[in-house]
Amino acid sequence: MPAPHGGKLINKIIKKQMDTKGLTQFEINTNLSEDIINIANGVFSPLEGFLVENDFENVLNEKRLSDDTPWTIPIILDFNKEDINNIKEGDTILLTNKETGLQALIDIDEIYNYDKETLANKVYKTKKIDHPGVTNVYNMKEQLMGGKISLLKNKKRQYDEYNLTPKETRILFKGKGWREIVAFQTRNPPHIGHEYVQKTALTFVDGLFINPIIGKKKIGDFKDDVILKSYQTLMKHYYLKDRAVMSILRTSMKYAGPREAIHHAIMRKNYGCTHFIVGRDHAGVGNYYGPYDAHDIFNEFPDLRIIPVFFRSFSQCTKCGSVVNDKICPHDQEHHLNFSGKKIREILKEGKIPPEDMMRKEVAETILKYEHPFVE
Amino acid sequence: MKEENKFTTISIPTPLAEKIKKRIKGTGFTSLSSYVTYVLREVLSGIEEEKEEAFSKEDEERVKDRLRSLGYLD
Repeated sequence: MPAPHGGKLINKIIKKQMDTKGLTQFEINTNLSEDIINIANGVFSPLEGFLVENDFENVLNEKRLSDDTPWTIPIILDFNKEDINNIKEGDTILLTNKETGLQALIDIDEIYNYDKETLANKVYKTKKIDHPGVTNVYNMKEQLMGGKISLLKNKKRQYDEYNLTPKETRILFKGKGWREIVAFQTRNPPHIGHEYVQKTALTFVDGLFINPIIGKKKIGDFKDDVILKSYQTLMKHYYLKDRAVMSILRTSMKYAGPREAIHHAIMRKNYGCTHFIVGRDHAGVGNYYGPYDAHDIFNEFPDLRIIPVFFRSFSQCTKCGSVVNDKICPHDQEHHLNFSGKKIREILKEGKIPPEDMMRKEVAETILKYEHPFVE
Repeated sequence: MKEENKFTTISIPTPLAEKIKKRIKGTGFTSLSSYVTYVLREVLSGIEEEKEEAFSKEDEERVKDRLRSLGYLD
């Protein structure tokens, strides 16, 4: 099992009761509160808080923290001066969020300005406002504060029983006797192509870690519950119990393509995984990134210490009679049926079961049990 | 970190430098420095990250109890 990223699994959870009376309070959004929980649980190790300016600049320009540790997505806390009266560097303030019930402290090391266009261009390789990540950047507040955090409280939430921390997954993998673990990240119920990718990778390691991202979704996306239940069905019928586990990850998708692929790999390394599956246009959106940019970026990180498992396109070959990829099938495109998430979704929307070479019948039936499986 | 402090100079034997220059021709490496940085990062991370995270016996048992109660472990 790999050591955590940066060498140490961070734990910033304070268990003893703290007196927060008199502290300035700042209500943050749910995405930021999830960042805090991920820092506190070690998902973002070695980060102990929000980036200070030096690290922020280094992440933008070098894709590394200032101590040279690979890091590609800036984890930053934005605010407007008028939101918080008279705060200054050296202060400790209380961060809160109603939805997650979060209470956390931040010891403010630095308050600094940043340029939204530069941030967007470096992380997303575009300044175009129709990129969802860029939109989020332009909607950010005007200043950043950096400093270490301490998590005091967060409430129980739906799906907590599927939400394991890196410490728990590391103990789980060890308990199962797994030395090599491949992680699969997902935002959708599984179709046959996903199953093929997972099982192909699993063939060469000890265990599979299915790690769906749960959180804010776009209209038309599958609901979180549908994703979880459909994976449970697939695992029950088609996976060995001792070879695959599922746990959720609460974090927002940034759609930063190659940079986000590295970020996703780092989080899975912290969970204890040795391998990470990277598909075509991983974490991409529209045509902003080349289909294999998220593969190529791994060449820049010889020190990442998690092995990327690259998959190119895969499809059903009617001649081979199986799922194939471009390395193993000699037949022309006319024999290939692509796994179109869009097409599967359309069939399900009509209340029909997709063909069995596209999606397992049991999985489709699980989805169709929901009157409204999609976010409306 | 100030721009001028971001890089430092190291000395390597000239024949080795020449060998590297030949080796990186036509590859993605744009300079001797980028190649040496790449190799050193790879070597160093291998040494640094061999230490696996250790948890206390007590911690491990507590976590295992939760994992059993959730059905992750038998």
